[in-house]
Amino acid sequence: MSEFTLYLLQQLINGLTIGSTYALIAIGYTMVYGIIGMINFAHGEIYMIGSYVTFIVIAGLLGMGLVSLPVILIVALIVAVVIASTYGWTVERVAYRPLRGSNRLIPLISAIGMSIFLQNYVVLSQGSRDVALPPQISGGWTFGDPSVFEVSFSYMQLMIWAATLITMTGLTLFISRSRMGRACRACSEDLGMTNLLGIDTNKIIAMTFIIGAALAAIAGLLLGLYYGVVNPFIGFMAGLKAFTAAVLGGIGSIPGAMLGGLILGVTEAMTAAFFPSEYKDVVAFSLLVLILLFRPSGLLGKPEVEKV
Amino acid sequence: MSNKLYNAVFASGIAFVLACLMIGVKLSTEGTQLTVEGASAEQWRWIGLGIALVFLAQLFADQIDALFGKLPKPQLGALLPEEKKMASLKPWLIALVIVGMLVWPFMVSRGAVDLATLTLIYIMLGLGLNIVVGLAGLLDLGYVAFYAVGAYTYALLSQYFGLSFWVCLPISAGMAALFGFILGFPVLRLRGDYLAIVTLGFGEIIRILLNNWTALTGGPNGISGIAKPTLFGLEFSRRAKEEGAVPFHEWMGIDYSSSHKVIFLYLIAVVLTIFVVYVINRLIRMPVGRAWEALREDEIACRSLGLNRTVIKLSAFTLGASTAGFAGSFFAARQGFISPESFIFIESAIILAIVVLGGMGSQVGVILAAIVMTILPELAREFSEYRMLLFGLLMVVMMRWRPQGLVPMKRPHLELKQ
Repeated sequence: MSEFTLYLLQQLINGLTIGSTYALIAIGYTMVYGIIGMINFAHGEIYMIGSYVTFIVIAGLLGMGLVSLPVILIVALIVAVVIASTYGWTVERVAYRPLRGSNRLIPLISAIGMSIFLQNYVVLSQGSRDVALPPQISGGWTFGDPSVFEVSFSYMQLMIWAATLITMTGLTLFISRSRMGRACRACSEDLGMTNLLGIDTNKIIAMTFIIGAALAAIAGLLLGLYYGVVNPFIGFMAGLKAFTAAVLGGIGSIPGAMLGGLILGVTEAMTAAFFPSEYKDVVAFSLLVLILLFRPSGLLGKPEVEKV
Repeated sequence: MSNKLYNAVFASGIAFVLACLMIGVKLSTEGTQLTVEGASAEQWRWIGLGIALVFLAQLFADQIDALFGKLPKPQLGALLPEEKKMASLKPWLIALVIVGMLVWPFMVSRGAVDLATLTLIYIMLGLGLNIVVGLAGLLDLGYVAFYAVGAYTYALLSQYFGLSFWVCLPISAGMAALFGFILGFPVLRLRGDYLAIVTLGFGEIIRILLNNWTALTGGPNGISGIAKPTLFGLEFSRRAKEEGAVPFHEWMGIDYSSSHKVIFLYLIAVVLTIFVVYVINRLIRMPVGRAWEALREDEIACRSLGLNRTVIKLSAFTLGASTAGFAGSFFAARQGFISPESFIFIESAIILAIVVLGGMGSQVGVILAAIVMTILPELAREFSEYRMLLFGLLMVVMMRWRPQGLVPMKRPHLELKQ
């Protein structure tokens, strides 16, 4: 295979890896928007907190002398999910629930305020500098001709693919097969009617935030291990990109968020391949603008009809 | 009672989970090793205090609510005299305020005048965003981009072509208006939250471009040595920079004092702000202003009444952006140095907070909020590291308790006295 094809293949692998993590975070945005019609601006910060908790647990367990990596990762996963879900639940309870029913601008500003609050909360408690973790999972497969171009597919990337696949399959099964999932779907179709039918919508909305936060925590763990570095400001960009992915796929639709995340990841990787990598963010936002111009309901979304 | 107790225990439990790892444990790097250390005893005391507070607040939730209910709600409107007397008093009040603003800088310290100039910049920005968010109801989170465009336009024109501040002022406003126009097109069909995100993305695009297009904008190093404004060619420096020019103090025959420059900048800011306030005030009362408010209230009704929403939206964006361009070019002139670091998203959020906290659409409210937002951090210097934290908290709390803002907008109206 030519060097160009191998290079493209590498970028494709990288793009799908990052894209699947965007998909995880995007699902949180899309679920919340689907049910209560608001953008949870603080969601990016939940992802950041998930990352931080992962680092704390891993560093703590390594410091205590634990060597077995699978155990460390599983404990980190559980703790990160629990704590991030708690944060997600608290944010909903404190900043969004009292404002339900008021005009769109007010919860949005509250969300922005919450996002700024969480970001600076972490700055004050953990410091604003980068925190680095030595790579825990290294090595991988390489193929291709070393003299031309070597495509590498690391174990970490495999882990991200596997984890996101399992998580998304689990979520899809939950939404489509379980009672709670059915209640979630009902809420996203018509909140008022669901309430009338006797389902406690407050609980369902809280559950949605918790699920979204849990997924963001998983993404935080994966990306934290992949990049090896966290700081309090990663939530902002990640949140923005994930929201772009959610809109790309059609906001309100979970498969859409997954698809959008993957497309965004690959587009970004391809851009970084051929242009200076600082401009990949510009591409992400331009993609958002283009999608909203030509297909505002996203790829898999239904066109929203506003009735008067 | 047991219900209360259960709530209180549950809430404290949640508070503990939130705090135990994020505050209770601190990551630190020793060499290449990442270690965790427990937080100091003092921090654990704070955590304990916080949890205890949550516990008590939940336990006595009813009593606390009753207490707050008994507090008198501030009625700022009742303080003002009635409408008819106001109408005759108003011109005198405004004249008094303007004279006060012009005379005041000669009597106070340089630092205070500098702070006042900064406040005036934020007042201009707040008024500009007020058009877009407050009057037209278009949530613009990328407003800082137009601010940046105005600043960089003046900086680049002054650096490459040597144009003076006064010539560049309308050009900056025009450039910013052009960008506002360009932004307006893709967002025409968007509503609410989508609009917010796209404008946010636009703001980020501008910042990234400014940061990376080093050939044109100097990249992260920014542009320095921007010329300060002159008064009919009189410079406010110790020695004239240009050949043959006379510095102000020589022309006036007085000693050089650095406060001259500061006061001059302040006076320019006052003039610009008064101009902006006046123009926007007139615009609100014109059909354009009414159309903006109609758009904010109900876009579909607006269209069904025959108003062209494209023109309304574009006019709102353009005028708001040109105000930011004004403020931006003045900011560049005042600072003498600009870099993309001054134009991050947080600035947009602060200006948005000013508009929302002041009362959307209300000019007096926005001016008041801008003054509060700029002066409070100066007064509370000891809390400077908590500044942004409190800012975020303030936004959440204000939305909960007074979403209509400090001084809600009142349309000019007369009440019939029975």
